[in-house]
Amino acid sequence: METRHRVLLVDDEPGLLETYQQILRQLPSRPEIQTAASGARALAMLEAQPFRLLICDLKMPKMDGLQVLSIVRRKHPSLRTVVLTGVEDEQFRSRAYALGVDLYWNKPTSEQEITMFLECLESLLGRDAEEGFRGVQSKSLMDIIQLECISQSSSVLRITNGPLTGKVWIQDGELIDAEAGEQRGEAAFQKILSWKAGNFENLPAEPNRPRAIFKSYNAVLLESAQALDELQGGVSAEGTPVPTKSPLAELSQVEGVEFVLAMLPGESRYQVARGLENPERMAKWARESIDRFRELGHRLNAGPLESIQAQGPQRHATLACQGKAEFCVGWKHSMTPDRIREMMKKVLSLWVS
Amino acid sequence: MGFLSLFSKSPPALLALPSGSFTVDCEGVVLVGTVPSSFPADLVNSIARQVLAVFKDGKENAHLPLSEIIISYPSLKITARELRGGAIIFLSPQARYSPANQI
Repeated sequence: METRHRVLLVDDEPGLLETYQQILRQLPSRPEIQTAASGARALAMLEAQPFRLLICDLKMPKMDGLQVLSIVRRKHPSLRTVVLTGVEDEQFRSRAYALGVDLYWNKPTSEQEITMFLECLESLLGRDAEEGFRGVQSKSLMDIIQLECISQSSSVLRITNGPLTGKVWIQDGELIDAEAGEQRGEAAFQKILSWKAGNFENLPAEPNRPRAIFKSYNAVLLESAQALDELQGGVSAEGTPVPTKSPLAELSQVEGVEFVLAMLPGESRYQVARGLENPERMAKWARESIDRFRELGHRLNAGPLESIQAQGPQRHATLACQGKAEFCVGWKHSMTPDRIREMMKKVLSLWVS
Repeated sequence: MGFLSLFSKSPPALLALPSGSFTVDCEGVVLVGTVPSSFPADLVNSIARQVLAVFKDGKENAHLPLSEIIISYPSLKITARELRGGAIIFLSPQARYSPANQI
């Protein structure tokens, strides 16, 4: 049975809501349009029933659009969100994207702009239902590559995971090459597959790319999955046990690092440290500092906290989040802020890999 | 095109992230600043409180005396320098985000 998506329109002006409703009725997929005249009402409606898309104004009394979007992103992460506003300030566009909106659109002033806006909305509404990437946000990279290969596509997938970047070349449904840092071919492909999350984009195909992977995509995926399983199970591909190593050992070898403290999710936010004699105090300070500024970021609608770089007369420290883990890395006093930023990226990329 | 004139309306104003600086004493009282008066005072005080707490806790609890902290968000950078128990705090809005596909 065909399901109609629900769209929630939020604007404090009843006249505009009525006008938008009429415009949105032109959408080919004929979604069910509901309206809310305030942010609080919209949040209540989102709690009450599932919606596919939220279209939200920015300038609203009491609770503005950025506040609504900030709450929506935390409570309804899979909801697609669109800002429709008269605000043309680049700062608000940037902040809205930092809060994870799918589309920021200035209120249309001509019929041509209305048509373009509707096309964008239709694309957002239909992306899951009609394109080849249904539910792509919950799929692994392996699934995405399989989909590309099964559909006999030719494309280049550019995958980024924090500071790490990799590329996978697919030609006529065959995996022909991969690149991750210095590595190429199958080794690079295995490296990329070991990343648990990140962003990807489809780039145009490169038909002249020399082939470096000669096995079928099924064989490469199978071997890569097997190698990853064996590594996670503590056994090498040759069947010999892999020596266990502290996950922080490699990180503490990075230039300038004095100590590394990783605070992992869990009931007691389990922590591991290297280079610190008494990590409890540092962990407490780091957690509280991250919590303080995370909360402040929510209040300011400035987007998720990226890092806190602290400099002192004896040593420096950087606090950052990577996935669900939180880090406090201590640096030698001789390190410059720019060098610390650079080395911190390396620490986080080593953790990810 | 008459109805299109509806697509414009006047405030309520949206809260912009401010560019500017302010100085606070060790109690968190703002002494002087260049942050626009349109930016709510309670948010300025809240920034000051969090910054001072990080400096104070770093020194007293983590044995990590600090002279400067830089807090980075996608759309705002806060730089705070310690000033004899107080701080001078700089706010710089950033613009460097674009949408992306997430795996």
